[in-house]
Order: sequence, then structure tokens, then C-alpha cells
Amino acid sequence: MDLAQDVQLEMFRAMLLSRRLDERAWVLHRQGKIAFHISGIGHEAAQVGAVFAIRRGYDWVSPYYRDLAILLAVGMTPAEFVMGMMGKRGDPTSGGRQMPSHWSLKRANVISHSAPVATQSPHATGIGLAIKLRGDDRVVLTTVGEGATSQGEWYEAVNFAAVLQVPVVFVVQNNMYAISETPDMQMAIKSVAEKACGLGVPGISVDGTDVFAVYRACQEAVDRARQGGGPSLIEARTYRMTPHSSDDDDRTYRSREEVEEHKKSDPVLVAKRQLEERAILTEKAYAEMDAQIKAEVEEAVRQAEQAPYPEAEEALHPVYAEEIRLAEASHA
Amino acid sequence: MARITMREAISQALWEEMERDPKVFIQGEEVGVWGGSYAVTRGFYDHFGGERVRDTPISESAIIGSAIGAALTGLRPVAELMTINFAFVAMDHIVNQAAKLHYMFGGQMVLPIVIRAVSGGGRQLAATHSQTPDVIFAHFPGLKVVAPGTPYDAKGLLKSAIRSDDPVLYIEHATLYQMRGEVPDGEYLEPLGKSKIQRPGKDVTIVTYSKGLDLSMKAATELAKDGIEAEIVDLRSLQPLDMEPVYESFKKTNRAVIVEEGWRTFGIGAEISARIYEEAFDYIDAPIVRIGQKQVPLPYNRNLEQMALPQVEDVIKGVKEIV
Repeated sequence: MDLAQDVQLEMFRAMLLSRRLDERAWVLHRQGKIAFHISGIGHEAAQVGAVFAIRRGYDWVSPYYRDLAILLAVGMTPAEFVMGMMGKRGDPTSGGRQMPSHWSLKRANVISHSAPVATQSPHATGIGLAIKLRGDDRVVLTTVGEGATSQGEWYEAVNFAAVLQVPVVFVVQNNMYAISETPDMQMAIKSVAEKACGLGVPGISVDGTDVFAVYRACQEAVDRARQGGGPSLIEARTYRMTPHSSDDDDRTYRSREEVEEHKKSDPVLVAKRQLEERAILTEKAYAEMDAQIKAEVEEAVRQAEQAPYPEAEEALHPVYAEEIRLAEASHA
Repeated sequence: MARITMREAISQALWEEMERDPKVFIQGEEVGVWGGSYAVTRGFYDHFGGERVRDTPISESAIIGSAIGAALTGLRPVAELMTINFAFVAMDHIVNQAAKLHYMFGGQMVLPIVIRAVSGGGRQLAATHSQTPDVIFAHFPGLKVVAPGTPYDAKGLLKSAIRSDDPVLYIEHATLYQMRGEVPDGEYLEPLGKSKIQRPGKDVTIVTYSKGLDLSMKAATELAKDGIEAEIVDLRSLQPLDMEPVYESFKKTNRAVIVEEGWRTFGIGAEISARIYEEAFDYIDAPIVRIGQKQVPLPYNRNLEQMALPQVEDVIKGVKEIV
């Protein structure tokens, strides 16, 4: 492993923070404190591996709703995430207007997406086009689930990016489920990466439970993109360990035995084992890190609970750019 | 002043804004090498190059979606839809994304995108290629919807649309490209979201826009021969909708006819008349008349098509019903 030990630890910590915060979100939902949650549990390796391959805060990210670990890694604070779920004014995505987990974070070049899946893919292509027109050296990381690759939008976006040879890395987090539908209901091929050959981009499938494998694959794609080599497609194979969202019960469409079996390859445990084998992490250091993260999560929830809700009148803006300017002037 | 066509006016606006601001670029099907299906961007490719006048795949979602992505980085894309009928396969990007991003981002970013789209019937292109669905886009908060009816307005409004930080759907009527009109030689801008009196009158108020303006001006010429002076208010913009000139005119004439090319049902006429009832009820002397397309998909055969589309005679008849 060519990554410095402190970077490996930093990646592990990013995964664990995302996991603990995500678990807390489910509790908040059961407590009736938030209206909706859509989870990234099981996706931490795919997301942290991908986001650590870009220049965080400099490159662009066009994410999808499971990307909690990506957002935390580019600088969204845990308190900001909780404020988003609670619809607080301090929600950095939109001040309580956008649906939770439909992220945007201007300061880190992250833009939000729409309800139908894969609508963010053409945005990523357009950002890539803008990068090329401006002549800067940024890249775009964009993500979807495997179900979204059935959408025409997704093909249109990858095709156009390939025609333009723009610097976009299309990461597909294949978690084996689109709500209740398994990949064999979405596609007649074994791997999303096979779709790359018909689109004229390099395609690779990696073990999405191995953060370092994802990192290596993404690093190669990011380097290629930054050097003018065009877009790539990366499938990270993992398993969605939770229901699709807080609005469905996955016991109606998959067995508990199946879920338990996949918990053996929980990406957080996989990474922990890897670091222990490399003598980078001890059980004691892990316990300390976990305790610190849990305290951080509790502090985030506390802060978010105390934060103000928007006034009802704030629902009336900002629809047009003029109102944005007026709001900025009044805050100045 | 020069007398030029609507096509030339639109083309001039694009050319001048491309020259003025290097952040402006054009993309769409056939806009580059061929110069556009309606020849609006003819000559642009040779002058500005393929990077700024980009031919795209036949991929409306990619055209609009990628333009949104580029606009969020601070560029000012002008995305062309060969016809507004193709907007339906990119509808999410237009109404779910472009229209809502200011709000859904809580005002973090602006979206300076112009979507040019060719609308309207009358060219025998039948039901799925000739629609005038302008009104549905005006239903969504956040999108500005502009539809000029003269070369003068076409140029001034398009230049403003490109400079606007809001997403603008700029609708060109397919049968108005050859219309000629006076356009100043120097630079000028027309404000978005402002209605305009295109013909003064005292007997009846005709509220209209785009192709309806052409029908209404012709009808007014005929009506004048019978001593009826129609005042014509051109909305020019469906969203934001500037009703003040409508109320002012109506309070003078006490009668209104609303002319649109789209279907009457849930159409612009319904909105305008409702607002007149709300804001000028005491001034109403006659029922408000709505002229629009018959409630059928537009047919191919010329006689059938003209039967379904509103005609100058329909406007004249509508006015005479209440004057």
C-alpha cells in the first residue's frame, strides 16, 4: 500500500464518522425528530475511496443521495448534515428547502440533484465541458447507484462526456438493490462496467467494500481525467445494509439471512482488519477513535437541535436571482 | 434603424453577446457546422469556433443537463432545442432543475442559462412537432419564460436573457422567423418581465404574445375599418407576468379579448381573465373572450391544421362579440 499511514487512518476515520452519523440519523428518525433519512451504510468504502482520489474542495462533486461520507470528506460538518435532516436554517444545502441528502455545498463545489435518478450525470458532463472551456485542471466526480444506469439520462451523459473527452469520473455504487429490485432486473449483464465498452470509455469493476481498492481505481481515473485523457466509468460493488430509505421495510423483499451474510464484508470492518494487519490501528486506538467520533456525533445533534428553524416567510424566496442579491445585501 | 427579419434579430443578439462576453457559448443539435435548423446560428461556427458553437449528440437531456452544469460553474450557456416539442424528453432538467436550483440551493448559486426553443404550429408538422405548449413552462416558479412577437423585442429580450442570472426559456415562433420589423442599429436591451402596448386603442383590449400578436395586429387593422380601435397589450414574458398595462388598458376599454396560439383549456387566457376578474371587477362591461387552439392534437393536412389553429378572423369575430 503506497498510501501514507496517516492518510490510511484518515480514510478509516472518515468511514467510521459517516457510519456513526448515519446510525444516529436512523435513531433520530425513529424518535420522530426528522422526517426522512436515506442511508449510506455499506457504501463508506466506495465513497471514501472515491473522494480521497480527488482534490477535495478544489475538484467538483455531483453526488447522489447516499453520499454522506463524500460530503463529510469534502467538508460538510456533522452538525450541518443533521441540520439538513431537521430542515434548519443552517442547512448548507438550502436552508431547509431541499430534501435531505440531496446535497449541495458551494464552498466545496458540490451541486444538488433532482428526484429522478441520474439527473446529476449530465450536470457532471456540463461541468466537465466548462472545465475544458476554461482550461483549468479540475475534474468532476459524479456518483449514481446501479439502478440509475438504466436511465437514458445516464447514457446520454456518459456518451456526451466521451464525445467531448471531458474530465469526469463516473462512479457507480452497485449496492445490489434499487429499492427492492436486484441488478438482474435492471440489466442483462453481470457488471455495470461492461456498459463502458459501448460508450467508448474505460470501465472497471472493483470491490466496493475495499476502500483502498476503490481508491486505487479512482486515482487512476482521476489522473487520466486531469491529464486530458477523458472520462472513466468505475463500478464499486457493495451491499446496501439498510432499507432504501426510512420509507420502506426491506424485510418485505429480502431475507434477514442474506443481510447477515453481507454484514461479514461490512466495509468498515474490512478496513479495520486491513489497518490492523498493517499494524496501523490497534483495538485500543480504534476504541478511542470510535468514542471520540460518537461524542462528535452527539455534539452535532445537540448543535443542530438548538439551531433555529427558518421563519415561515422564508418559504417565499429565493426564486429569482434578484432575490438572492437582495438577501446577500441584507446579510452584509 | 434597419428593417430586418426576426431570424436576423435573434442572430444579431446572439452574435453581439458572444462577442461581448467570452463566457457565453451555444450548444445544441445542428447549431454548429450546419448553422441551426432554422439557420439562426449560420456563420457562427466559422467565426467563434466549435468550442463555443457546439454540435451535440441528439440528446436533449444531455444538452440541457450539461448546460446547467456549465452554468453552475459561472459560464453562460445558450442551449438550443430544435423544437420545444423535444423539451418533453428533457423536462426534468427544465422544470425540476433549472427552475428550482436557486431555491433548492438556498440561493448559494445562480443559474445563468438560456434555453432557446422553437414553438408553434402552422408549418404542417403535425401533432408532436407543432405544439405551442408555452404556458406549461410558465406554471413552474423559477423559470423566466420569454416569447417575443416582433424583431425589435426578439433582439432586445434575448440580449437581456443572456445577461440575466436567471434561467430563461426563450421561445421563438416557427412562423415568425421571416417577419420583418424596425431594429435600431446600435445596442439596446429590453427588460424581461415587462408587457408592452404594441398598438394604442380605446374600444377593446387585446392581450396576447408571440404569434398571437401577429394575428391581433392584423385583426386590429381590419377592425379599424369598422371604426373599432383595439389596444394591444403584448405580454412578451409569461413569467414573470406583468399585468399592470393590462389593467390600465382594461380600465379604459372595459372589454378584453385574449389571444393565444396554444389550447384554450387551462391556457393563458384563463389566467389573464381570472386576474382581470380579481383586480378590475368593477370595470367589466362584457364577458372576457378567449381565442385559442381547438382542443385537438394539431393535424398535418393544411386545411385541418388551419381549422384547428386560431385565425385573424377568429380574433375579429371575438372582438365583435363584445364591442
